Amino acid sequence: MTTTGTRRSALSNWRFWFAHNSGVLTAAALFVAMFTLYISNHSAGLTPAVATTAANKAVLLALVAMAQTLPVLTRGLDLSVGMVFVMANCIASVIVVGTVGEGLLGILAVLAIGALAGFINGAIVVWGRLQPIITTLATGAVYYGISLFVRPGPGGDVQSDIADFLTGQLFDTVPAALVVLLFVVLVVWIPYRRSVLGRAAYAVGSNEQAAYMSGVPVQRAKLLAYTLAGLLASVAGLMLTFNTYSGEASAPIAGSYTLNSIAAVVIGGTSLFGGWGSAIGSIFGAFVLRTIEDLLFVFDLPPLWQPLFQGVVLLIAVSLGALRILRVRNRLELFS
Amino acid sequence: MTGVDIGSTRGPRLAERLGIDRSVAIAFACILLILAGGAMYSREFLSPEYLLQQLQVGAFLGIIASGAMMVILLGHIDLSIPWVVTLGAMMATAMVGWGGAAGIWLCIPFGVFCGAVIGVLNGVGVAYLRLPSMIFTLGMNAVVQGLMVLHTGGFAPLDQATPAMHFIAVQRSLFGIPNALFVWALVGCFVIYVLKRTAFGRAVYAVGNQEAAAYLSGVNTNRVLIGCFAFSGAMAAFAGVLLAGYSNKAYQNMGDAYLLPAIAAVVLGGTNILGGRGNYLGTIAGVILITLLQSILSVMQMPEAGRQVIYGCVIIAMLLIYGRSAKARS
Repeated sequence: MTTTGTRRSALSNWRFWFAHNSGVLTAAALFVAMFTLYISNHSAGLTPAVATTAANKAVLLALVAMAQTLPVLTRGLDLSVGMVFVMANCIASVIVVGTVGEGLLGILAVLAIGALAGFINGAIVVWGRLQPIITTLATGAVYYGISLFVRPGPGGDVQSDIADFLTGQLFDTVPAALVVLLFVVLVVWIPYRRSVLGRAAYAVGSNEQAAYMSGVPVQRAKLLAYTLAGLLASVAGLMLTFNTYSGEASAPIAGSYTLNSIAAVVIGGTSLFGGWGSAIGSIFGAFVLRTIEDLLFVFDLPPLWQPLFQGVVLLIAVSLGALRILRVRNRLELFS
Repeated sequence: MTGVDIGSTRGPRLAERLGIDRSVAIAFACILLILAGGAMYSREFLSPEYLLQQLQVGAFLGIIASGAMMVILLGHIDLSIPWVVTLGAMMATAMVGWGGAAGIWLCIPFGVFCGAVIGVLNGVGVAYLRLPSMIFTLGMNAVVQGLMVLHTGGFAPLDQATPAMHFIAVQRSLFGIPNALFVWALVGCFVIYVLKRTAFGRAVYAVGNQEAAAYLSGVNTNRVLIGCFAFSGAMAAFAGVLLAGYSNKAYQNMGDAYLLPAIAAVVLGGTNILGGRGNYLGTIAGVILITLLQSILSVMQMPEAGRQVIYGCVIIAMLLIYGRSAKARS
């Protein structure tokens, strides 16, 4: 009796876990399938160099997508992540220079600036009670202005020892960028997810009124979500600087990272209506998006067709969310 | 807020009937403030010539904002505007090459039609597939971008604007008033008529307030969604046609600079970004405000960096004055 009982509950635990993480698992499976296809068609195969190149590109979007996930979980949105990313890039190209020690200090300063930018977003949303979309649209313009002020033209430099270390390989095999990403997940996301304010963020996203009535610290949860979003975006900005050895205040780069981060969040199974999903899913969503670009490259698609193909794949990927209407029993559920 | 005046015994006040509420009044006050500030810098800012020129430039933004407003009233958002603007311009100019003599007459309707088609597709995705508009229109933007890159890369026969496009975008035919301003006025009157005087307009506000309730009261909500998205696409494309006439040419990325100002103009005009509340007078105020702000900052030879910072801060500051939502406990 007891054994069957525990087995059944273990089984239902597994089923619950699968159901709960289906979005993340789908994105991960999609990524593995596409990456296998990519590697099997790549002339060099899976060498550390190929993996490092792919990782260095994909980790940038993965970090920005993680940043985007946190406000989305609270049923918000951060349209300034791309601008914070570019701002961190520009500032890093000015202050992360000199000796290794000075470089590390510069990194800390850039992270602090990123977190401050996120905090300002959060403060306007929480205390100013403005809508997140329009708030971050406006603060994004401000952050872009600051980037232009710091770096009017492309250029600058970065501490090369740190840069080479973080964009190279550990033990000549593992791409260091992936280790950075893992580090961020272990140090930022997992503790956040398990903290009171992290859980509060999910509660706020599900139903803010109910969360407020239950004594959930709504304001602090939102503030922390936006602040961490700024912090993560600045980590991505630092990694961009280490990749390019320079800074550039580019509005197209900022815009495309913002928009792709939203797409990555959705592909990773996070609901744009808040309260459901995880940053891990967004990482795989970002990997999927980046692998699409790589696939176009190895399959030698004519360059003119690439943007169209990318757009169609993006549209199909986000349309997968429509499958939920098949599960709807009552038409009124459609309007939620 | 939407002009329904229940319980006021003496009938609606004039201000309410015209749709002037607090946010619209503050927006217009800010316009006067900016003009006054500009006048202290240079007398030129108050000259009719300068103001007409600003209105002409603002007309393009105003037409796009009219479409964006219809979608925002539903509680949705149309992020496909940038490339639909480009699509309108490119299809209209290419039509001259494809259609020959007939193409010269058909180019403007054809450009608008292409935008409307994309809008209908957006509407179908949002209405029937029930996808969040933010992400579906984003994907559609990428698809249109792909199509346009392909178009300019291989098949574009022509990218020059026709005289007719140049005529409605640049020239002045009546009392020296730019034709583009008349076009915006026509679009504006149409939007006001639809929102205030038709069942469709009522349904737009109803869907924006609560779609489930609108559905249960017998509104065909999917038709409303598709209609508004189609209008937004058509207006974005129409503005693209005018912009092509203005710069005599259709080129890639010509719509990129219009998405955020259009949304900002609608929101500064007091339209709730969550839908269900807002009127067109506010959007007019928002458009003029954004156009003047951009123009004055550039006339003052403010570097781009400072312009962006001031632009962002002004939007935040204005919304903090009147755009705040209710507290959680209410």
